[in-house]
Amino acid sequence: MSQQLLIVTIAGRRVALRSLDIQSLIELDTLVPVPRAAAHVAGLSALRSRMLTVIDSTVSLGLVREQAPGNKQEAMVVEYEGHLYALLVDDVQDVTEAWSDPLPVDADLGPGWQQAAAGVVETAEGPLLLLDIARIIEGQPVARAA
Amino acid sequence: MVWRSWGPSALDDLITDFVAECRDMLEALGGEIVAWEADPSDRERLDSIFRFVHTVKGNCGFFDFPRLATLSHAAEGALADVRAGRRQADPALVSAVLAIIDRIGEMVAAIGQGQEFPASDDSLLIDALEADADEQDFAGQAAISSSGDGVARPAAPQRTIRLSVELLDRVMNGVSDMVLARNELARRLRAAPSEVAVDAAFGRLSSIIAEMREAITRTRMQRVESLFIALPRLVRDVSSELGKQVMIDIQGGDVELDREMIEMIRDPLTHIIRNAIDHGLEMPKERLQAGKREIGLLSVTAHQSGNQIMITVADDGRGIDDARLVEKAIATGAIDAAEAAGLSQRERFGLIFRPGLSTAKEVTSISGRGVGMDVVRSNIERIGGVVEIDSTPGQGTRMTLRVPLTLTIISALTISSGGQQFAIPRSNVEEIVLATDRSVEISQVGDATLTLIRGQRLTNLSLARTLDQGDAAEDKEATLIVLRMAGGELFTLTVDQIHDHEELVVKPAAPAVIAAGVYAGTTLADDGSPILLLDVAGLAQAGGLSFVGGAQKRHAEDSSPAAPVRQETPVLLFTGLDGRRRAMPVAVIDRIDEVDAAMIEYSAGQMRVVIGERILPLAGLDTAARGQEKVRMFRLSDGHSELCYAVAEVIDMQVIEGEPIAAETPGEIAGVALIGGEPTELVDPHWLFARYSAMLEPARIPVCRLPSGDRWIQTLLRPLIESAGYQVVDEASDVAADVAIVSCEAAATSQAPATAAQTIWLRSSIDEPDGQDGSIYRYDRDGLMLALKSASGGRGR
Repeated sequence: MSQQLLIVTIAGRRVALRSLDIQSLIELDTLVPVPRAAAHVAGLSALRSRMLTVIDSTVSLGLVREQAPGNKQEAMVVEYEGHLYALLVDDVQDVTEAWSDPLPVDADLGPGWQQAAAGVVETAEGPLLLLDIARIIEGQPVARAA
Repeated sequence: MVWRSWGPSALDDLITDFVAECRDMLEALGGEIVAWEADPSDRERLDSIFRFVHTVKGNCGFFDFPRLATLSHAAEGALADVRAGRRQADPALVSAVLAIIDRIGEMVAAIGQGQEFPASDDSLLIDALEADADEQDFAGQAAISSSGDGVARPAAPQRTIRLSVELLDRVMNGVSDMVLARNELARRLRAAPSEVAVDAAFGRLSSIIAEMREAITRTRMQRVESLFIALPRLVRDVSSELGKQVMIDIQGGDVELDREMIEMIRDPLTHIIRNAIDHGLEMPKERLQAGKREIGLLSVTAHQSGNQIMITVADDGRGIDDARLVEKAIATGAIDAAEAAGLSQRERFGLIFRPGLSTAKEVTSISGRGVGMDVVRSNIERIGGVVEIDSTPGQGTRMTLRVPLTLTIISALTISSGGQQFAIPRSNVEEIVLATDRSVEISQVGDATLTLIRGQRLTNLSLARTLDQGDAAEDKEATLIVLRMAGGELFTLTVDQIHDHEELVVKPAAPAVIAAGVYAGTTLADDGSPILLLDVAGLAQAGGLSFVGGAQKRHAEDSSPAAPVRQETPVLLFTGLDGRRRAMPVAVIDRIDEVDAAMIEYSAGQMRVVIGERILPLAGLDTAARGQEKVRMFRLSDGHSELCYAVAEVIDMQVIEGEPIAAETPGEIAGVALIGGEPTELVDPHWLFARYSAMLEPARIPVCRLPSGDRWIQTLLRPLIESAGYQVVDEASDVAADVAIVSCEAAATSQAPATAAQTIWLRSSIDEPDGQDGSIYRYDRDGLMLALKSASGGRGR
């Protein structure tokens, strides 16, 4: 059974997420910071009077942003354990179809990618790293302790 | 027998449930009965009918419905025989059972309507169950009972259905979202040019939503009685186990509380009561020795105070031995001796909330099971509540739980810090003071700041610094909020600005946000932007406050030992705008505001002040504030309505010493008392609210137009009209007048007649017949008053 994937760029790399997990794509206009929260919690926003906790995917993966976030912040809205989150990404590129089930990767992906990776999927666009949304929301163990 | 002779309404609730359950079962049973009648050997049908009579029997025992119990017991017995194969289900038995079920249905319907069930003999029905019952006998009886057709559908005055709380929660959330969506729509409508028709439709929508929200909030409410109903039994069990005698006095069971909240306080309350009986109340012998009655008294009361419910558990036992508490705390290393010396009495009692501290000499099976007061406190705090403790050695202990009405809508204070808005639960806010206030002193001690407010030394936290928002500018305009934690400890928080007091719909925050440790939830502002709700206990922890650590807070004056048990009214001393020294009972003061003088206006015969979107009556000020930019005022509340009282300066909090001298006539000043050695006028809040209550539901003041040129009218008549409660205007004014008074002579000399809805003509001669033009002799006071009253629709005094 084929699976729809959404290709996004995080920290300059193209990665895939399961389309099914994603409720919608939005552009954030307001972002209220949450002082003292973990670094990957970018802040709070609201979508049709529902609270969105905004997660900066780049920080969550323990990576450094290549470019400073511009005015136009693209985010994916996902629901996880009863809460709505908006995951900030650099760019949303395309929707594609998975040709294979995610396969474990032997190569060293780098620590940040490694902990959020659900495997590699083959697509028309070549192999893509499939990320686990839950891991992105939870962030780095270190970041959480902060 | 009177079905509803029980007082407690929680029992009524249970009965309502029972009736509803029976009705549901009877309805469902309708088909089964018919099927069983057709085929008495049908085991499945038999089982469901058996279950019904069994349930009824079980419930009857609980409610004390002896007739229902006898009937259902008899039917159950016969059916049990059939089930056990001791007996065959023949048509006679089926009919007999059905007759009994019908009778049960009738009785249940009567209970549901609160009626008395007509006395009739049930024994015939029961006899009919006997294996050898004569068909003939029974036939006569069946005629009576079969009249109960349509039993399941009586004309019940109030129809009820049972719903799952989960469904209610979903509806509640939906309504909350609707409120927010409406707010968003309101904002868009304000931004875009809109049509009157759209605004009107929106206005209607708004009011419908508001109504719905109120109704749905009510559906979640339950009488606190359902929590209290189990207490007598608990008290009986615990006291008999301990060999003590305890009398429980329960009051205020009709106070309503969110269902979920009731569940949340069930365990803490139970624990407090167990504790009170176990540790608080003495053994009967000890009590007699102490000169008390043998029977200990435990009183549990609930009452609503604004948005909070206060549940108080008071005993007349030995009280808390705070010295031993301190000893123990030192022994366990919770605090050191130096810290202990600096504790106020309240803080010493607060030690009871520390984990692992219990004053009981030995652990008993009742309360010393490791579930300590620390758990009680954290459970109450989790739902935004506060536990307060007060004790007088030898006389008793009083524990007060203050919890918000609902979990989802809380009353909060919105503030801002570092350019961002936050909300603080109102239940934690003790007082708001301006840093510029003369009664406040702020001093820097190392990196910490301490405040001195009315002789009390408190640690101060800067919200901006605690939240790592960078140092707030040390500006004099900053506002201090005195916050109270669950154990009663106080600290002050510096914020940049105070915005408003709002009802907020609180939503749970994502775990990543909660992990920050200083937030209790999130909410959306009216403009749709997210606001974080601060968790006061978390803030204190993040700010490095350790309360029982002692050194943080110390009374500047030596805290006096146990205050004498005397009725003392704490009052706030202030100087009125007229320069007089006055005192206002603290209980009615909601907060102290500073308002732009421009927000104060004289309208419709009264000083009023605009606060937020509300217009409140303003007392303490007779004319517009002169030469002042801002006016300080008390916000007074009687729980229902609010009014403001302008003051020049707040002096101090005091208690009234000695008996006040009452004023001769009731008025704004109730009397004079010596406070701090100086005579001080006591403001009478009762009179204030009574005086302004009419205005709180604004009544229009009738207007009377008087010709300005007429000297007689201006000098003699005008005071009379004004004292009758009219606002007087002259003919040049374009205020619409209810009534105008003109003299006949003036009209004759073709002076322009004053316009008004009605005109009263006055003549100067007594003997002119008044039939012709309806004029009134100008010294006919009664006639004039009557005419005024009828002209203005009876609004004057």
